[in-house]
Amino acid sequence: MFSKQQMAERAAQEISDGSVVNLGIGLPTLVADYLPAPSEDGSGVWLQSENGILGMGPFPYEGDEDPQIINAGKQTVTITTGGSCFDSATSFTMIRGGHVDLSILGAMQVSQSGDLANWAIPGGRVMGIGGAMDLAAGSKRILVMTSHVTKKGEPKLVAECDYPLTAKGVVDRVITDLGVFDVTPDGFRVVELAPDVTLDEVRAKTGATVHAD
Amino acid sequence: MSKVKTSVAEALQGLQDGASIMCGGFGLCGNAEALIAAVADQGAKNLTLISNNAGNLGKGLAVWLEKEIVGKIICTYVGTNEILHAKMASGEIDVTIVPQGTFVERMRAGGAGIPGFYTPTGVGTVVAEGKEVREFDGREYVLERALTADYALIRAHQADPFGNLRFYRTARNFSPIMATAAATTIVECDELVALGAIDPDDVHLPGAFVQRVVHVPEHEDVIEYRMNRPRPQA
Repeated sequence: MFSKQQMAERAAQEISDGSVVNLGIGLPTLVADYLPAPSEDGSGVWLQSENGILGMGPFPYEGDEDPQIINAGKQTVTITTGGSCFDSATSFTMIRGGHVDLSILGAMQVSQSGDLANWAIPGGRVMGIGGAMDLAAGSKRILVMTSHVTKKGEPKLVAECDYPLTAKGVVDRVITDLGVFDVTPDGFRVVELAPDVTLDEVRAKTGATVHAD
Repeated sequence: MSKVKTSVAEALQGLQDGASIMCGGFGLCGNAEALIAAVADQGAKNLTLISNNAGNLGKGLAVWLEKEIVGKIICTYVGTNEILHAKMASGEIDVTIVPQGTFVERMRAGGAGIPGFYTPTGVGTVVAEGKEVREFDGREYVLERALTADYALIRAHQADPFGNLRFYRTARNFSPIMATAAATTIVECDELVALGAIDPDDVHLPGAFVQRVVHVPEHEDVIEYRMNRPRPQA
């Protein structure tokens, strides 16, 4: 099994130098710990926050919190050297116009055709959509980071989502505690398995066909 | 007539029942705090609120909900806003939840004289229900309509007497776009500066989009989620 930190470290390997990346709320925020910060020559990874930052830095030092510098989760953050602030129209031009290279998002369900459900639970109270649908529809590449099954043990990788959709056919790759899986025209394909995880276990915990090669 | 008003009450003059009001801010960050508080006391009711959130932690626009002066809300996120959850559940307020990029683009379109636009965001989801979906170059897009309002209440860091504005950090968010989409934009500024004090290249929003300015030097600036890390020992 991958720990949450190992999932984050594995997700960080998906990000090439110089990329513009949006990390969704929850598990994906852990990925930031494993990314090279922007450096003097402009290389490194540039984190985008949809409320209007490109070049988002780590949480501020204790006592340095600025209530007017927050991320999309409304947490106090910092801005890296070379970072910029802009209005929401510019931010979503970046997102919807395909200028964000990769978004790493959490999920409630992912279907074998790449449909993503991550904003509402049927019958549960509605928290809202926020930027989820825009990131899912607009980013060049979508990586999902999620536990393989729900707390009740139900598969999150399914043949068809029965939760309300965020976007259709957008997910490229899924990293779970059990391994790394690609969405292909034939369904989920194993890219790698986490340590001590067998293909049989993955198949038993997946609600869709899993191809090994 | 100068756009600069001497009080928040004067800046809000004419606001009536049934008005549609865009309020800038991402959660409680970048709210026009004094204008929002004054609307709650001003007496106008049955308002349509257009804002990313609708307050939180009982603060900001949450006071409008508490005072029952809002009939309709267009927003993108409810989150932990308990009073909004309660009023949505009871049906007391008609709430429309919009994807955030579509939300701001609808206002951008409204401000730019564009009646609608096609976007892939929301295709195949509840957001597209009842809307035209059209294929362009092999991909499906949903038709979204422009959004305008009677008023925009926004906060700027600096304003000059013509209403040229500069914003600060992530307090900017939706505010400059809302200013373009509202018939009357009312700005609450941290600093009122002389004409010419903002370099022409540094004006974030030109004064043509601003009708009224009021200087409000003090803000509560509530932090919703204070996150930090220990300072390294020297």
